[in-house]
Order: sequence, then C-alpha cells, then structure tokens
Amino acid sequence: MSGRPPAEDIETSAGASDRTPVDDADVCVVGAGPAGALVADQLADAGREVVVLEAGPRFDFDDRLARQEKAIRPTYDRPDVWDSDPERDAHSNSGEWFYPLNHARAKGVGGSTLHWQGMVMRLHEADFNSKAERGVGVDWPIDYSDLRPYYAAAEHAIGVAGGENPFGPPREEPRPMPAFEPSHSDSLFAEACDELEIAMHPVPNARNSEPYDGRSGCVGYGTCQPVCPSGAKYDGTVHIESAEGKGATVIDRAAVQRLEHDADRITAATYATPDGEFRQDADAFVLAAGGVETPRLLLLSESEQYPDGLANSSGAVGQFFMDHLFAGMGGTLDEPTRQNHVGFLTSETHQFYDEADAELAPFKLEFFNYAGPSPVEMALTGDDWGDDLLERVRDGYGTHIAMGGLVEQLPREDSYIGLDESTTDTHGNPVPDVHWNVGDRALRTIERANELQRSILDELGVEIEWTAGPDSTGPAYHHMGTTRMSDEPADGVVDADCRTHDLDNCWIASSSVFPTGGAMNPTLTIAALALRVADAVDAAV
Amino acid sequence: MELTRRDAAAALAALGAGGVAAVAVGHTDDNGGQQADDIDKAAIRRTMVAAAEVVYPDDIAGIDEFVNTFLDSRLAGDRHAAAVDSAVTALDDRAQSWYGDRFAALSADTRDAVLREMAVDTAEPRREGEPRETVRYYVVNELLLALYSSPTGGELVGTENPQGYAGGIDSYQRGPQA
Ligand SMILES: Cc1cc2nc3c(=O)[nH]c(=O)nc-3n(C[C@H](O)[C@H](O)[C@H](O)COP(=O)(O)OP(=O)(O)OC[C@H]3O[C@@H](n4cnc5c(N)ncnc54)[C@H](O)[C@@H]3O)c2cc1C
Ligand code: SF4
Repeated sequence: MSGRPPAEDIETSAGASDRTPVDDADVCVVGAGPAGALVADQLADAGREVVVLEAGPRFDFDDRLARQEKAIRPTYDRPDVWDSDPERDAHSNSGEWFYPLNHARAKGVGGSTLHWQGMVMRLHEADFNSKAERGVGVDWPIDYSDLRPYYAAAEHAIGVAGGENPFGPPREEPRPMPAFEPSHSDSLFAEACDELEIAMHPVPNARNSEPYDGRSGCVGYGTCQPVCPSGAKYDGTVHIESAEGKGATVIDRAAVQRLEHDADRITAATYATPDGEFRQDADAFVLAAGGVETPRLLLLSESEQYPDGLANSSGAVGQFFMDHLFAGMGGTLDEPTRQNHVGFLTSETHQFYDEADAELAPFKLEFFNYAGPSPVEMALTGDDWGDDLLERVRDGYGTHIAMGGLVEQLPREDSYIGLDESTTDTHGNPVPDVHWNVGDRALRTIERANELQRSILDELGVEIEWTAGPDSTGPAYHHMGTTRMSDEPADGVVDADCRTHDLDNCWIASSSVFPTGGAMNPTLTIAALALRVADAVDAAV
Repeated sequence: MELTRRDAAAALAALGAGGVAAVAVGHTDDNGGQQADDIDKAAIRRTMVAAAEVVYPDDIAGIDEFVNTFLDSRLAGDRHAAAVDSAVTALDDRAQSWYGDRFAALSADTRDAVLREMAVDTAEPRREGEPRETVRYYVVNELLLALYSSPTGGELVGTENPQGYAGGIDSYQRGPQA
C-alpha cells in the first residue's frame, strides 16, 4: 500500500490567523461541534454577524489518513487520534461509576463528531413524555410534533441514509439518501430473528450511501469510529465550513473562560488563545460546548448575582447527568461472518422500545458488522510473525459475531457534573468532576436486553464468549441532562425554546437540555434542537 | 499470494488521487530537500525489505516492490523517516556485532534470529524506548501494518476489504463464497 502518510508527520495546523474578537457581532457561539456549527451556519445564512469560539484546534482534512494510523496501531490510545491532551482536558471522577471522559469527546473544530459512530435516529414520541406515558422521569416541555419539522431539516442538513422502520415515530418523507444495504452478517441474524419473530430494520446513518452535498460516498475504510478519511461520515466541520462561506468567523484554540454578565444578560465571553486573552461582545450567546463543558462554563461564571453559577437559579446546572448504557453479547459461529469490512451498522431493531414503563426502560438492539478484532489489529498485537502470525490471524478472524444495544438511564440527583476545586486545567480553572450514577431500572433493562440477545445468538448457534451486562456495562458517550429544559424556572435551566430562564440573551444547543434521554443516540435530536435554537435567536436579535 | 500494484496503490486510488500513476514512477525519495541529509534511504529500504522477508508469510511474492512503494509515502516526511532510520540503524548494529554483517546481508534464518535475540518478538511497540521496542514499532509493525491493511493481506485471512483499506461498500454485503 502506498499513500499512507505517517501519523508522526502530522503538523499542528496553524488555525486562525487572527484570534481577536469580531466587531459588532450579533451572535457568539461557544463550541464548534455539530450543534454550534449548525446554529452558526443557519444564522450566517440569515445574514447575522456570527463568531464561533472553539477551544480546540482546527484539524487538516488531508491528515485524516495519517490519523487513521493512530486508530489502528495499538501504540496510540483512542484520545490520541484527535490529539487530546490529558492536562488540557483533565477531569475527575467522584461517582461510583468510572467515566472515561476523554474517550467520550473530541476537542476541536467538528467536536465529538470527528470521532463519533454516526447513528442518527429520532426519539420516539413517548420519549418526550416519560412521566405521563411511563410513570417515571419527567416530561419534556415540547413534544415530538414540535421537533418533527426540525428533525426533517436536520436529516437533510447532515445527510442521513436510512430506510423504513416499522417501529419509528411518524415521518412525512423518506430520509435524503437510501439506506446502506444489509450486511452478510445481517442475513445470518435475519434467519434467527425470523424464527423468533423479531423484525430487523435499517440503521439510519449520518454517512453517505452515495455522494451527498459535495462529499464522497462511503468507500469502506472501516475506521469510522474514530476517523473517516473520506469525509463520507458527517461531522461538524461540514457546517463550520458552510458557515464560514456565508461570512461567519470561526476562531480555533479560543477556550472560553468565563461569561461576563449583568442580572439578565451575558455581555461578553472572555477567551484564552495562544495569542493572548480576549473578550468577545455580542447581542446573543449560544452555548454549544457539549453536555459536560456547557454546565462547567456556567458554574465557572459564578458571580455575586449568581453565586451558584450563571443561569443557575434553579440549582439544576450540572445536575441530572445521564448517558446511555451499553448492553452487548457476542461470540463465534462455525462459519465466516464477514466482519470489519466497514465500520458502521446496517441493521437494528426498535421492536421492544415502546414496551417501556416504570420498571423497564426503552432500549434498542443492534446487529454488529465489526465484531471481534480486525486482521490488522491482530497482526499488530502478538509476539509472532511470518507464518505463525498468519495462522493466528486466520484462526482468530472471520467467525466473530455480536449484538449491541442502548438502554435509557433516568435523571438522578446523585448523577451530576460538578467542579473539582482541587484540580485545575492548563488555564487554571477547576476541572469537571463527572459524578455518574445509574439506577436499577437501567440495570434491569440491560438484563432484559441481554436475554433477547442471548435468545437470538442461541438460535443462531453462536458460542457466546462475552456479555456486557449490568456488571460490565459502560457509557455510550452521550452527555445529557445537565442544563435541562423545563416549563417552570424552578425546575430547570432552559425554557422550551432552549433559552435560559435567567438570562434573556443566552440559548443552549446541546443534549444537556434533554430532560430525559430515551435510548436513541442523541445527535439527530441535538441537530434538530440546534436548528430550532437558530430560529429562536434569529427572531430575538 | 502475490502482492500487486493494487495493494501498493490502494490508499491513493481510493482517495481519487491518481494513485496508480503516482506509484508507477519508481522510488525516488525526492521530497524537495526538507530532510536531514544523513539519512541513508537506500539502506533503510534494503533493511525493510529484508525484514519483510522474515515477518511476512512465506508464500508471499512481490515483497520488494510492495515494501518500496509503501516506503515512498512513509519516508517522504521528516520525523517518521528519522525515527525509522534510528530503528534500522539499531538493527544493523546488532546484526553487525553478533553476526558480522549488516542485517540485509544475513540469511533469512539469521535475520529472524537477530530479531528474536533482540526480543523484538515480545517487545511492546513504542515510538521511544529500547531498540527492541522501536524496532518493533518502526520495522516489524510498520511492515505488518502495510501488509494486513492491504487487499492481499486481507485475502490471506478471509477478507478482501480489510480495515484501513478503502475497499468499497459491496464486500461487506457478500457471503464468503462470493
Ligand atoms: C466514540 C463516540 C461515538 C459516538 N457515536 C454517536 C452516534 O453513533 N450517534 C450519535 O448520535 N452520537 C454519537 N456520539 C455523540 C456525539 O458525538 C455527540 O452527541 C455530539 O458530538 C454532540 O455535539 P455537540 O456539538 O453538542 O458537542 P461536541 O461535539 O462535543 O462539541 C463541543 C465543542 O465545544 C468545544 N468547547 C468545549 N468547551 C469549550 C469552551 N469553554 N470554549 C470554547 N469551546 C469549547 C469543544 O472543544 C468541542 O469541540 C458519539 C460520541 C463518541 C465520543
Ligand atoms: S466505512 Fe466509515 S471510515 Fe470508511 S469511508 Fe465509510 S464512513 Fe468513512
């Protein structure tokens, strides 16, 4: 193979040539992940003067093949792929459950979507009314119908390939691209699922099944998570570049330190850059720094007026931290399963999702296309070579098969993002403390998901070798709930329009506003809410 | 199994960068003179091919062309080339002091012995560290990365579209006999 530029030769991109504030900005967006990018693009399109402040660097697209080497070689850790810096990104973990925060986000223009998997589904209707429909959690102040047109717009904006889902919420039009065809291993699962009367359906992917919006169709690199060298997988850089084309200014390596404010408005964002510290004024501010850094920034911006943190009259800033829990099972079959050709999923089932009640949470089940190690990963982690290595890889690769699933966790008072005053980051600010706890309903539901997974794998004749059950589950890297949406100012941080109850000119675009999480990967909902925030800001400024 | 230009050109072609043309021009190592002059690229190439003959499966043909084409992209820059050079030098030093000749001049069995006597087989691959660790990273794993993310390397173990190779979106749909 040629054309594999070495990871070591990646140069740090120079980024913005001018990091000074923009004069007469209408809107300042904090964070250049997909949420900030979509807000910026939409408002730039409406003719607003927009500035985006992004803490991390800008990465060169041309380096992605070199970054892929970091994804494949065992010498590199996952956070290395997008140059995470353990001091810059330091954090604490005081909860009962460990949380690997820097595996769960990426810092830089594009945000965590640089690293993400790219499964994008709408929440189900009942997810917006958990209390009313399931008797637990809280209701969102908005319904599916409020978000429905924004979901459609988000699917077009980011480019979604998907097909018919008999269990999904109502939709008016198909997704903009056809679904990826099912995999060979899906066809193995299909026989077992038929027998058990479990319906499989396509996974909606933020990944081009054909060229879309000037980006390549998927070419099958199989390293989607954590890096897609072809650009077929959507990430936030798409809308950052689009926003810049419409006149927005994006300043990288501009970490917002504090939001200056009076009683009801943010007046400026102070930000630190390699070129010094600056102060950005704007008429409106949109916080889109993700579900951990957004509440942290509000807590860091405490004042006499807001002694417990900015926009925190309710006390809910940082509270109710939620993620989705992973439930999985896998093993080997006595025939080839054709895994690891691509790095994404083509089939799932939502059949059991709406059986959720107070005892059992909503959950979905996924059929993997990348079970077991890939050949190259095996080749790089042994103490053999030559024919011995070949034999080992031949034995080890080819018959793995696995299922996954995501489970909702409820908002809990003992699960939150706080500040660890005893540890500071490279700017001298207290680091985020991820205090994560999970309740029994989620754990029971993982067992339920495992039961179904076992029945399918047994039917298929799989020799089961591993289970991610209640004792060995982990987070899906979806940071929700930490500035929750509420009708009443006493119950949450933002209103139904995602504007903070306390401050007139501050909106939040993030899964941090989710009052409950459902069991769907959050980013399509984040994108829909971001487009809705852009409309609200445009109407207000 | 024969390593072909398809393996060598894989990544470039996938990116639509005119890969076949780019690799057809021979191996010049001319990158505009941004590199340290004291790197002997020809020696690196010789040693890497000699190591590939040991760490690749026995019945692979076309190693010379494949490795040299891979090295075109690997040696084009600065930092990586310098690190490969150090690792290769360490390997040659051992070969010289234990067996009286540079690595590439030894028989395949002796080359295998040098690597094992250095404990490269059990070493962690590291970018900085003991010679056994850097040789593991910059020589052995470098070569294994090239092979097992290429179509021929994949086919050896049952996939025509291995991870790291842009083999399109048909192969994952096909059954094993296809
Ligand atoms: C491995 C992995 C797989 C995933 N898979 C999926 C999936 O399949 N489907 C799905 O829906 N979701 C998935 N996600 C989650 C998805 O990536 C996030 O939901 C999404 O990126 C959130 O978008 P965001 O814009 O709100 O935040 P982010 O993407 O996290 O972006 C926030 C940005 O704000 C910046 N920032 C933070 N603090 C500051 C500050 N003080 N000043 C300035 N800038 C700041 C950060 O550097 C970052 O660039 C996955 C995540 C990971 C890590
Ligand atoms: S398989 Fe993944 S990494 Fe490869 S091109 Fe498709 S989306 Fe990108």
